[in-house]
Amino acid sequence: MSVLKAEGLTKKFGKVQALKGVNLEVNEGEVFGFIGPNGAGKSTTIRILLGILQATSGKATIFGRDVWKEAVEIHKRIAYVPGDVNLWSNLTGGEVIDFFTEMRGAKLDLDRKEELIERFQLDPTKKCATYSKGNRQKVALVSAFAADADLYILDEPTSGLDPLMERVFQECVLEAKREGKSVLLSSHILSEVEKLCDTVGIIRQGEIIESGSLNDLRHLTRTTIVLETKNELSFDHLSGIHDVHKEGSTYQFQVDTEKLDEVMQYVSQAGVTKIESAPPTLEDLFMRHYEGEAGGEK
Amino acid sequence: MVKQQFLQTGRLMRLILRRDRLRLPIWLIGFLFVTIGTAALFKGLYASHEERQQMATTFDNPAVTALIGPGYGLDHYTEGAMMAHQMLAMTLLIIAVMSVLLVVRHTRSEEEEGRVELIRALPSGRLSNLTSTLLVMALTYLVLALTTGIGLYSLGIESMDLNGSMLYGAALGITGIFFAATTALFAQLAQTSKGAVGLSFLLVGLGYLIRAIGDVSNETISWFSPFGWVLGSEVYVNDYWWPIGMTLIVSLIVAAVALYLNSIRDLDAGFLPTRGGRRHATAWSRSHLGLTLRLQKTSIISWAVVIFIFGATYGSVLGDTETYFAEIEIMKEVMANQDGISMTLQFVTMVAAIMAVLSTIPVIMAINKMKKEEKRNRTEQILATAMSRYKFLGNYILVAIITSIITLGAGALGLSAAGAAVVEGDITFMELFNAIMIFLPATWVMVGLAAVFMGLGRMNGLPWLYLGFVFIVIYLGDLLQMSDAVRNLSVFEHVNSIPLEDFELIQSLVLSVIAAGLMLVGLALYRRRDVTG
Ligand SMILES: Nc1ncnc2c1ncn2[C@@H]1O[C@H](COP(=O)(O)OP(=O)(O)O)[C@@H](O)[C@H]1O
Ligand SMILES: [Mg+2]
Repeated sequence: MSVLKAEGLTKKFGKVQALKGVNLEVNEGEVFGFIGPNGAGKSTTIRILLGILQATSGKATIFGRDVWKEAVEIHKRIAYVPGDVNLWSNLTGGEVIDFFTEMRGAKLDLDRKEELIERFQLDPTKKCATYSKGNRQKVALVSAFAADADLYILDEPTSGLDPLMERVFQECVLEAKREGKSVLLSSHILSEVEKLCDTVGIIRQGEIIESGSLNDLRHLTRTTIVLETKNELSFDHLSGIHDVHKEGSTYQFQVDTEKLDEVMQYVSQAGVTKIESAPPTLEDLFMRHYEGEAGGEK
Repeated sequence: MVKQQFLQTGRLMRLILRRDRLRLPIWLIGFLFVTIGTAALFKGLYASHEERQQMATTFDNPAVTALIGPGYGLDHYTEGAMMAHQMLAMTLLIIAVMSVLLVVRHTRSEEEEGRVELIRALPSGRLSNLTSTLLVMALTYLVLALTTGIGLYSLGIESMDLNGSMLYGAALGITGIFFAATTALFAQLAQTSKGAVGLSFLLVGLGYLIRAIGDVSNETISWFSPFGWVLGSEVYVNDYWWPIGMTLIVSLIVAAVALYLNSIRDLDAGFLPTRGGRRHATAWSRSHLGLTLRLQKTSIISWAVVIFIFGATYGSVLGDTETYFAEIEIMKEVMANQDGISMTLQFVTMVAAIMAVLSTIPVIMAINKMKKEEKRNRTEQILATAMSRYKFLGNYILVAIITSIITLGAGALGLSAAGAAVVEGDITFMELFNAIMIFLPATWVMVGLAAVFMGLGRMNGLPWLYLGFVFIVIYLGDLLQMSDAVRNLSVFEHVNSIPLEDFELIQSLVLSVIAAGLMLVGLALYRRRDVTG
């Protein structure tokens, strides 16, 4: 069942066409990774989904409700964390967390709040003016995860967090997923997306250029293979092989996933003494599209 | 659906009150203290009818009218009439400033900082933030109106009856509400908080100027100014309530337009165009001094233009004033040993001092900008380059000094060009020019003071309080017959009033040395302290 659905979202800022028809679907209990280079339109999409910006055209619903017209109802069941959190300088972190909870109309679950504060190692008694970027981020994360939301919308939420805190964040996302909640996670950190997400959507210049389950997408990419063989190999007659390096009897190359079978049949005849294979990473996938944007094929 | 737009307004009001738990009381107490304190002193200082009547004669001339507003009931100058004449317009002006600062703080700045986004992502209405800001302002001004009214009435001065006192309070309150509404509107139009503050101040300044011009030349013109409306209530003399009602209606309409614009625009967007910037730094913004100047260029120029216009307006009134004194024979009898010219000159020195205070505002802003940069973590980026602490603060001091020369110069130019043109011969261009420029070393002392607080890294609001005190001494010093001990605390009192008094080099030198000393203290302190983020 889809929790969030966007169809053909476009957004113009004056002459700038920030979005050119974005389609997205997040299903219940799913963690959706939303990735793309800077300025691709991630935040703009998210702000439309939050009913903060009005789409120029297109339709988006969350929990089956219109994101613009029924924003208030939707917001009762979602939690949002932006990538750059600014807070009220003369309130303490604890006060801000309570304020957010109150705004949500939820009863404050003190135990949950304390637990999260503990896990994120936040000092809630300090004034927000004295928090570092990472600590302000933690305040927003604690308030988000303290809320009993059905959908979490997170826009590069870990910027400024140290690796330890990043791990705490990942645990929180996985816990939410275990409880059947849905997450839309926009991120730069591909390893994070790989660890957490079932499905990803890649956006570039205001368009979704790829989306699907991580497994599906891997088919679109290349596996790296390192081989040692008894006999000489020649790849000239094979297609789908890239970046061949040879060192003595060791070969390293990349194979298009759909050609993997063909290539393996050929190399097995040469007497394989050693084989290593690295699965395609999201980074490869991302880089392939990114390079395309940066100026054609390499 | 409509109700949804305003959801959680109450909670957001509580947030604003919590954030401003010190700020709002300080403003309110400041206004109450000055207003009720002044009225109480009037009672003792000008107890007899004759004393007051003499004051009325002294203050009834175009120059003073331009500065402090029209006097009503001058032929029967009661304490109440005196209060409304001497205090009301200037208090309204400062209330307008308070509205601008507070409303932008809770609307456009809040949006710029991304906090409105956080709130909008929560179950809250689209218009709740603006509505809560306006409601808190309305509440604040209601409290101000009631406490001022009751406070003035409770002094038990016969001419300050309950109706008049409540009207006086209402005049303060409604002005605050009006400028809160207009600022809310400008916060929709402009895309940045700077832009919103600039446009709002422009309206305040223009409003005051139009009133000044109208009060001196043609009353109808004053009705184009919100200050003109409110002063038209003729507090303590005729006690008209309808101007208050009218201003309230206009405020409500403006607020409704602001809310409408808020509802149809995107977050972070404005209606006025913004320009794109340069791709590369121009030569002069590649040095830190150049960059600091460049960042403040627009602000400095805008202030200079405004101050120039003020100077020119008051300069152009000098001619009328001279004629006025010349025509009134009785005047010469009352002020036996003074002629029209020296009366005019007295006004010149007063205006010069007030213009100097006005010119000091952008000067303190120029140096206090450093704290803002530091808070945004931009300072450390620069200090991490080969830039010494001395040079860093030194550059801000330098920018402040340059600003002081520009703003005072603009004011002096406006006053002297317009003044010398209309007075013809009796007062020279240079006399008027120097009347303002002589304050230069005193403004440097203010720079030094601000530098000390930059060095401390704390309490950088104190120079503002001190400037407020300096202003009160200039404006109310004579009126309230302040003792010399109090007046001497203000540096501006140690500046000779040109052209009534002579220029003394030694005085300017001493002030400059004090200024330099304070700057050095500031530099030494800054060298020693932590740069915080
Ligand atoms: N308020 C705005 N006015 C004009 N252009 C904007 C505005 N907000 C975003 N953009 C433009 O829209 C594009 C997408 O931006 P954004 O959604 O913030 O990207 P991302 O979050 O993926 O880095 C960028 O080119 C950005 O410059
Ligand atoms: Mg973004």
